[in-house]
Amino acid sequence: MNSTVIEVQNLVKYFPVRTGVIVGRTIGNVKAVDDISFGVSQGETFALVGESGCGKTTVANLILKLLDPTSGDVLFQGKSLNKASGAEIRQYRRSVQAVLQDPYGALNPRMRVGHIISEPLEVHGYSRSDRKRLVQDALRAVGLPETSETQFPHEFSGGQRQRIGVARALTLEPALIILDEPVSNLDVSIRSQVLNLLKDLQEQRGISFILISHDLASVEHMSHRIGVMYLGKLVELGDAQQICDDPAHPYAASLVAASTPPNRTPPWQIPIIGEVPSAMDTPSGCPFHPRCVYAMPTCKEVTPSLTQLPDGRMVACHLYPDHIGSIDKHAELPAARLFEQETEDGGTEAAL
Amino acid sequence: MAGYQHNDAGTLLEVRDLKTHFMTRRGLVRAVNGVNFELERGETLGLVGESGSGKTITCLSILRLLPRGGQIVGGEILFDGQDILKTSEREMGLLRGKRVGMILQNSMAALDPVFSIGTQIAEPLVVHQGLSWKRAMAGTIELLRMVKINDPEVRIRNYPHELSGGMRQRSSSAASIGPHPDLLIADEPTTALDVTTQRQYLDLLKDLQKATGMAIIFITHDISIVGNLCDKLAVFYGGIVVEYGPKDQVLNNPSHPYTKALLQALPVLGEKRDRLQTIPGEPPHAGNLPPACPFHPRCEQAMDTCKEGDAPPAFYLGNSHQARCWLLEKDYEQYSH
Repeated sequence: MNSTVIEVQNLVKYFPVRTGVIVGRTIGNVKAVDDISFGVSQGETFALVGESGCGKTTVANLILKLLDPTSGDVLFQGKSLNKASGAEIRQYRRSVQAVLQDPYGALNPRMRVGHIISEPLEVHGYSRSDRKRLVQDALRAVGLPETSETQFPHEFSGGQRQRIGVARALTLEPALIILDEPVSNLDVSIRSQVLNLLKDLQEQRGISFILISHDLASVEHMSHRIGVMYLGKLVELGDAQQICDDPAHPYAASLVAASTPPNRTPPWQIPIIGEVPSAMDTPSGCPFHPRCVYAMPTCKEVTPSLTQLPDGRMVACHLYPDHIGSIDKHAELPAARLFEQETEDGGTEAAL
Repeated sequence: MAGYQHNDAGTLLEVRDLKTHFMTRRGLVRAVNGVNFELERGETLGLVGESGSGKTITCLSILRLLPRGGQIVGGEILFDGQDILKTSEREMGLLRGKRVGMILQNSMAALDPVFSIGTQIAEPLVVHQGLSWKRAMAGTIELLRMVKINDPEVRIRNYPHELSGGMRQRSSSAASIGPHPDLLIADEPTTALDVTTQRQYLDLLKDLQKATGMAIIFITHDISIVGNLCDKLAVFYGGIVVEYGPKDQVLNNPSHPYTKALLQALPVLGEKRDRLQTIPGEPPHAGNLPPACPFHPRCEQAMDTCKEGDAPPAFYLGNSHQARCWLLEKDYEQYSH
């Protein structure tokens, strides 16, 4: 059994919304992250999946300690970050690195690549000769020529820049790297190069990854476990293959259905209604109920909590355990229920 | 190469050997370098390719809306039998918006923030169909209902910032289809949308096509989403169409090494692959295209012929399927029109 590298415990982050120019008055909270718990083992890739605004990047920022949680804690190798001393936080920051989405914005255009990669080493007090050696190692590890050191970021293409970002994250030999949409800004023919590189590095060095993405196909390819987020909450948590082959939560199912190529039948044919509501006024009860075709009266009132299914994964949905058996996952649901629940005109082609 | 049946009554658009170049301070950029395709009425053609492969410039050439420095230097564009390149600017104004609609990638940029969406959807109806504003507003409500926006009577007074991303994209589609165009050009309309919204939008586009009978050119970099929507695919690389044909032929029987590699390189949900195939190198910049076949520096099967002379000709693979690759020379006939 691998040891747990990082454990997130009941993490909550609210952003207050204020009005007024001089005397601020809090009129509400954006519940960006609302009671989230998960753990990541050594050498494992854990993916946080969800649509924009669901809070996945906020979770990443909380783990990176770029934000402080409203409540809850992050344990790194068993030690609480909330109680950590300055020196311990410094040590922690070496062990957890990030690769960001936009390879153009993440690299300082005025710094040479060698300097960009060695800056973390400089911060942590490495000598000049060590830095030189480690930069060369990192460049080699990501498949860039050693001469890149003296070049500037603009001389590289998107895929190469993302490699520079990975090289920078590697130099301090972190235990965990957070990958925030690492390939979504890259050209299609380049993506597989970067994904393969990340997988190889993980195998060679036993690094853990937290992969943040909305692209389920690359998540299935990369990860061991998946957490599906919706409006700040985890709605399903479990083995990656299990969730992709047979999603349990209706929202996870609709993500899988939306990402299934047209020539295949999704494991659960589920129509999707409407769009993600604003995180400022999250729906009562289950946050997904306004978009869920299976919503029941209790879903509007009671927030379901994550409970374990017999197959081991965790799901937050009132369909379990009593109602799921009566659902036909391949039924054709009427088109009138698509898009907007309260549509009166019945058909999809009624207008013309 | 483009026409299988010339001037057929069903043909709406023919693009023949189109070349669009840009004069820049750094030299000549050959953005579109000999593109051929055609489109029947009511048909959907997917233009698939990476950034800089020439798919957007091809479509802007059809509308003659090229950015500064761009010039169509060769070829023909026939829209409903009319030669676009010989049409006066005044007639082009009548064509754009009315007979050819366009949907852009970023709906926030496509809609004007200071006008209500009702005004913006009604405007083309007033301009192109000569309706009064009052009647155009009534038409707008119908259009919004068609793109499945709730309470259209209320929504017409909303401003773009008050709508969600998916609703904005649907409203700008409503504005484009208002004047009943024969052709709708959709340039990456789903890229800015969330996954679940994306699928809804593609379904909507299909419904709209069924209802109006318009032809669609759908530009995308994501070959995995075109399957459901498109009848035909044109795969772009380095300013040319490297493979062209019916969707099923191209997806199930890819014949150009680039198409093959692209389909292998992408992770597909439900198909566990241990390791993704990679395409070495990077897509070329249009200002610095490799000579001859633009794909040869990245192609594992490149031969000497691939590196010399002009880009390879199209070889006819049967069933309206063709690809521009010398590897096909020994088994297939060169395609000519």
